Amino acid sequence: MTATDYDAYGAGEATEGTVYNVNGQDWDQVVEGVATSDEDRMVINMGPQHPSTHGVLRLILTLDGETVDETRLGIGYLHTGIEKNMEYRTWTQGTTFCTRMDYLAPLFNEAAYCLAVEKLLGVTDDVPERAQVIRVMMMEINRISSHLVAIATFGLELGATTVMLNGFIEREYALDIFEMVAGLRMNMAYIRPGGVAQDLPPGAIDKIGDFVKREKHRLKQLRKLLDANPVFVARTKDIAYLDVTGCMALGITGPVLRSAGLPWDLRKTQPYCGYETYEFDVPTQQTCDVYGRYLVRMAEMDESLKIIEQCLDRLSSGSARSGPVMIEDKKIGWPAQLALGPDGMGNSPNHIAHIMGQSMEALIHHFKLVTEGFRVPAGQVYAAVESPRGELGCHAVSDGGTRPYRVHFRDPSFTNLQAAPAMSEGGQVADIIAAVASIDPVMGGVDR
Amino acid sequence: MSSQHPEQQADQLPARAEEERHEQPVARLGMFGAKTTGDTSGYGGLVVRQSPKISSPRPYGGPRTTGAEGEFDEIANELERAYPEFGEAIERVVVDRGELTLVIRREHLAQVAQVLRDDPKLRFELCTGVSGVHYPADTGAELHAVYPLLSMTHNRRVRLEVTCPDADPHVPSLVAVYPTNDWHERETYDFFGIVFDGHPALTRIMMPDDWQGHPQRKDYPLGGIPVEYRGAKVPPPDERRSYV
Repeated sequence: MTATDYDAYGAGEATEGTVYNVNGQDWDQVVEGVATSDEDRMVINMGPQHPSTHGVLRLILTLDGETVDETRLGIGYLHTGIEKNMEYRTWTQGTTFCTRMDYLAPLFNEAAYCLAVEKLLGVTDDVPERAQVIRVMMMEINRISSHLVAIATFGLELGATTVMLNGFIEREYALDIFEMVAGLRMNMAYIRPGGVAQDLPPGAIDKIGDFVKREKHRLKQLRKLLDANPVFVARTKDIAYLDVTGCMALGITGPVLRSAGLPWDLRKTQPYCGYETYEFDVPTQQTCDVYGRYLVRMAEMDESLKIIEQCLDRLSSGSARSGPVMIEDKKIGWPAQLALGPDGMGNSPNHIAHIMGQSMEALIHHFKLVTEGFRVPAGQVYAAVESPRGELGCHAVSDGGTRPYRVHFRDPSFTNLQAAPAMSEGGQVADIIAAVASIDPVMGGVDR
Repeated sequence: MSSQHPEQQADQLPARAEEERHEQPVARLGMFGAKTTGDTSGYGGLVVRQSPKISSPRPYGGPRTTGAEGEFDEIANELERAYPEFGEAIERVVVDRGELTLVIRREHLAQVAQVLRDDPKLRFELCTGVSGVHYPADTGAELHAVYPLLSMTHNRRVRLEVTCPDADPHVPSLVAVYPTNDWHERETYDFFGIVFDGHPALTRIMMPDDWQGHPQRKDYPLGGIPVEYRGAKVPPPDERRSYV
């Protein structure tokens, strides 16, 4: 440890008092140094490379002993300019960028973006039913996998590795489904403007059916592990209180809002992709605390399983048994029906044979759409979906060209993270971990 | 544009008549060597005209109704009742693709937002942030700030839009009305350079504190920024390859 009177980062006047640079295995010296110091409060920098901050999040805490006086958040460490990059690629290529924002909920990013593009094109009602059912099913599987990570990392951050392992094991089964259907485990760019990239492969329905059966059982086990666990309850009950008033002022949506008792879920209130035709409930809690948010997430996974079962019924024997998965309009629908090869998703040999050997028009369409893309009438729209973390909105502006003029994402992680100071100030330093974990921010979405 | 889809009705589109668009000045020509957002596909020879500034006549209709009184008329009527300076404050009302946009003169933004939030008949209690858009060709109103509002009470959405010129990029802050806009306004300041007057601490949020320029403006290139490691430099996409 070194105790110096200068600021380690070179801006002398930015720091007051003594700066300790901790290098590990020297905590005794820090404690000694602080004990002899006459300052009451300590500013602690937590993160951005801290195992408990849920990614590259930096917390700047002012501590009075164990009590948190002030919480500030530093973000931007994962900013990758996704919105700017999307302005340089076609509307279809945009899905490939935006899927990488909130990397735990890629399908929701794609869905919000594609709904916005379809609204701009005025083709919302022309997306085939089978595509909509597949979208809903994939989104709900994604919701489960995202909530599983939320609960798994939550357990890990509170010191429960069993929860972490179990959560991640189950998530693996969800990712296996994504791999089978979309060719990729994450960042699939599966939902495209006008539909989805490709139809379900043979065997997918059975595999998803097995997943639903398995999760029904495994989620019960996970609840047994946590619901009444005295250590877990002590760390979560009455911690990080935020009521509806606070949520409204801070713009908080998703499980945090529903844990305060307001049953606001865009799938119910402003349905998209045909959510109004599914039967499911919006679970709420009245506790406004971390434990309530955990219960809401667990209950939401059960509801997602219900929706997936209804989707499977429609896809195997119901109204969406067969049919196209991409809009019929050849000027918008991506022409290449992709196929899953042994090394992932790629060109379909049948399609290549068709455009190269049989139809010049198909070749022209393919060429124009792939190189130039389709044009979108000028204007602006806002489309929102209920992502696992809350309202994920997409504000898309077109100038009439083949590329987005501006795309802005209202990411729920970004907005919800603003609640961390309100949840943690005045509490104990250990509860900050629980507070941040209960918001479940994904830094890829926060920083974009 | 309307020929893209045979079933697409002309009234679903913002530019009801093609001619209306063709009257607009050309914002940029061609895609290659574009000075604003350089295209890298190389095809099209696109003529991009400025979008016309639409102003929708009454009745405004609703998300699913056109040609008759609807939800949007209710919002406009209630706002007119609750905010007597309505005519002065609202520059244009745009109804497009089932969405209502109120283009507001920036001096009135904070008061209009306060009324929209507090009036029981309006009650837009949630603001889902602010998104900046840069229109370099829109002389005198280059920078736009767009606020999507949501009323959970009435289950409605409305969009507020304010403009400010590049030379005087000031817009009143909405943090006092909607505290959630704290980070959103910092983000828009960071990326577009719009200064939100009255914000408690308007600093950069994504880019480093000492960053020069505002990256999402159209005059800011993609890439081409010298990075701090060992003099490395990434050329902008339009300079990476030459097709000439």
